[in-house]
Amino acid sequence: MDCENHGPLKGLRLTEFTHAWAGPYAGCLLALLGMEVIKVESRKRVDHTRLMSFSTGRHFTDPNQSGAFNNLNLNKKSVSLNLKKPKAVEIAKRLAAVSDAIMENMRPGVMERLGLDYEAVRRVKPDIVYLSSSACGQVGPEREYAGYAPTFAASAGLSLNTGYEDEHPSNFMGAIDLRSATTAAAALLAALYYRQRTGRGQYIDLASQETIAMLNGEALMDYFLNKRVRTRRGNRDDVMAPHNCYRCAGKDNWISIAVADDKEWQALCRAINRPELESDRRFSDQQARWLHQDELDEIITAWTESRDYYHVMEVMQGVGVAAAPSLSAEGLFNDAHIKEREVFRKVSHPVLGQNWVIAPPWRLSETPASIRRAPLLGEHNEDVLEGLLGLTSKELEELKEQEVIY
Amino acid sequence: MQKSGFRSTGYAINGPLEGVRVVEYCSLVSGPYCAKVMADLGALVLKIEPPRVGDRARYMGPFAGDDPHPEKSGFFLYLNTNKRGLTLEPSRPSGKDIFEELVRNADVLIEDRPAGYMEGLGLGYEDLKKINPGLIMTSITPFGRSGPYKDYKAYPLNMAHISGQGYLLPLPTNLERPPVKAGDHAGEYDPALVAAVAILAALLEKAASGRGQFIEVSKMETLISMQRVESVAFANDGVYMTRTGGLNPMPGGVLPCKDGYVVIVTPQEDQWDALVELIGRPDWAKEEWVGIREERNTRSKEINEHLVEWLMQHTKEEIFRKGQALGCPVAPVFSARDQADSEQLAVRGFFQEIEHQVIGRTRFPTSALRFSAIPYRFERPAPLLGEHNEEVYGALGYTEQELAKLRDEGTI
Repeated sequence: MDCENHGPLKGLRLTEFTHAWAGPYAGCLLALLGMEVIKVESRKRVDHTRLMSFSTGRHFTDPNQSGAFNNLNLNKKSVSLNLKKPKAVEIAKRLAAVSDAIMENMRPGVMERLGLDYEAVRRVKPDIVYLSSSACGQVGPEREYAGYAPTFAASAGLSLNTGYEDEHPSNFMGAIDLRSATTAAAALLAALYYRQRTGRGQYIDLASQETIAMLNGEALMDYFLNKRVRTRRGNRDDVMAPHNCYRCAGKDNWISIAVADDKEWQALCRAINRPELESDRRFSDQQARWLHQDELDEIITAWTESRDYYHVMEVMQGVGVAAAPSLSAEGLFNDAHIKEREVFRKVSHPVLGQNWVIAPPWRLSETPASIRRAPLLGEHNEDVLEGLLGLTSKELEELKEQEVIY
Repeated sequence: MQKSGFRSTGYAINGPLEGVRVVEYCSLVSGPYCAKVMADLGALVLKIEPPRVGDRARYMGPFAGDDPHPEKSGFFLYLNTNKRGLTLEPSRPSGKDIFEELVRNADVLIEDRPAGYMEGLGLGYEDLKKINPGLIMTSITPFGRSGPYKDYKAYPLNMAHISGQGYLLPLPTNLERPPVKAGDHAGEYDPALVAAVAILAALLEKAASGRGQFIEVSKMETLISMQRVESVAFANDGVYMTRTGGLNPMPGGVLPCKDGYVVIVTPQEDQWDALVELIGRPDWAKEEWVGIREERNTRSKEINEHLVEWLMQHTKEEIFRKGQALGCPVAPVFSARDQADSEQLAVRGFFQEIEHQVIGRTRFPTSALRFSAIPYRFERPAPLLGEHNEEVYGALGYTEQELAKLRDEGTI
């Protein structure tokens, strides 16, 4: 890892005990910002993201073959410690003692059983910032409940509001975990900022369910203010119309179009060569258009369905109407704007070869990021255990034989 | 045990960011929610709204009592708790002076104007850096400040779709119907969370180096970042994903039950076994192929039909409690009412009441960022339009007469 680190968090160290998506991606964000992130993991119970991809359905036999793991664990170091062995727990505690922050997303209670919970770590590192991320939080009757992205989305109220009203709600996917992770990264940084000024560490109890509920504030407010229960309505809006996705030429190609006012509506009518609609009473103002949106959708589809979605975007944007294609993973990869902005980046990986990942979602003028591939399992055992903790190579050999380092 | 509650350390501090000064010049969701995160963390946030009209969110529902009044929008009130509110028009000469005064004393400026707009006013980063070298200026725009789409118009619907959040969102539908976006404004929170992380990192760096910086946030890129794994599926694996599912979805997902829906996720064998136990070990589940994950995935549709047969006989509460007790990751699909009634959320104090001058006492979601040393608290409700003009501009040295003049000319 000789790539020079210019990130704003240079000099800070996080040790993480995380698996799946929500925990690891929080560490990844911090690592992309220059924090030294050491992932403690083991062959004994391999992070399932190293073994399978929910998105492609692929399974792996080798823990270093997963592109999903690579994309979620960029810029980190990996130390393989088998925490079933007391000696491994001792080493983990020594790592904690030289860290600024700890992050974990084990089931509530697991870190305590291992002797690596906040109280235990605080004894060896009094100003530690320690974040636990779990489905429902560390306190409350549901504290031990298990969950994944779809369950957080459901219990946070987001599923019910997503999808078509005459069909089942959306199951959601990884984006939910990554939103929880981004919230976790913010919480951890805020606590580090507090520590910098007061010298005090603290414990953060992050519940994924709550991170997602925050994104659903409108539905909660509607209930608190009016006792109304909102539900899903496809792409439609409370006020705007047209407001939908329209079929374009090609296979499963769609363009999203949203019209907010009369001026945009008139521009749209001219763009689709239907100037007579400007004076059509069914569409004379926003409320009228909203009431007749089924008819609007038919009229617009008649124009878009034979046209290329990028062509529709250019024509509409040219007259000030908000239109943008609904891009697939292939569409994203080939999009001109995304290419120019270098959103997809290639990293060189010893097992995967050239692997595409997504760039950090911010650009910092003074402290730009560098991107490095995710670590192989245990890749930094020597670097960290010898370099940082001062173990000898002989000790390392013994620990490997005893499957402490495993 | 410390985990049993959030105790006070005796430090008289309102939050981890107490003392940090933020100026927000934003409307709707992304910029305001980013500033709300900072405000909830204890930063002093001055929200600048256009004189007389205010943030556009004030005109969007849900409204208290369905009365479309700019001080009654639950949407606006939620996104702006704990902030102070100013009105200011920086495109007027005297407004520009005041804007500069506010920025001179700020650690962070968050703005969401189109690329080039602030520069046009003489309030771009290069201008403001001269006034305040420690300023962390954050620009949130739909497509970023370069590239062919940088000046394109996009509403939340368009952002959700062009970023792939629509196309890649799983839906129990067919390809005859278009992809949909996540409910309400969910995707608009992504830029806010990402910007908050970048700003906090820049604040930590500033505490060490004293220097500020410019942070560019493209909404499109933040939305893509939340689907980073799905987004590269084609580039790396040539996989074509659509809303109707990737390859071999696991059995489960969102399924109907007696009084609504539940969601079931079983990536581990012990979790699948717990599910089988939950539904009473029916005969079909004893067949040999059901014990093999790959077989289950290929025949997930058939399994789901069996599951629904059982689920339709049971309520979501029953399925949730029994399933979780057995170790099966299952959750009810909650409505806002279910959340409001949730004992778990109540025990954690997730909702709290605030008193607001116009709408009275109302429950609000608090924050997902919970610190042991500093309990969450509502310092103040969202500001009325221009509520803190006198207080803040007075502190800058403006007299009542001067403020009256600024008001008359439409500057504040």
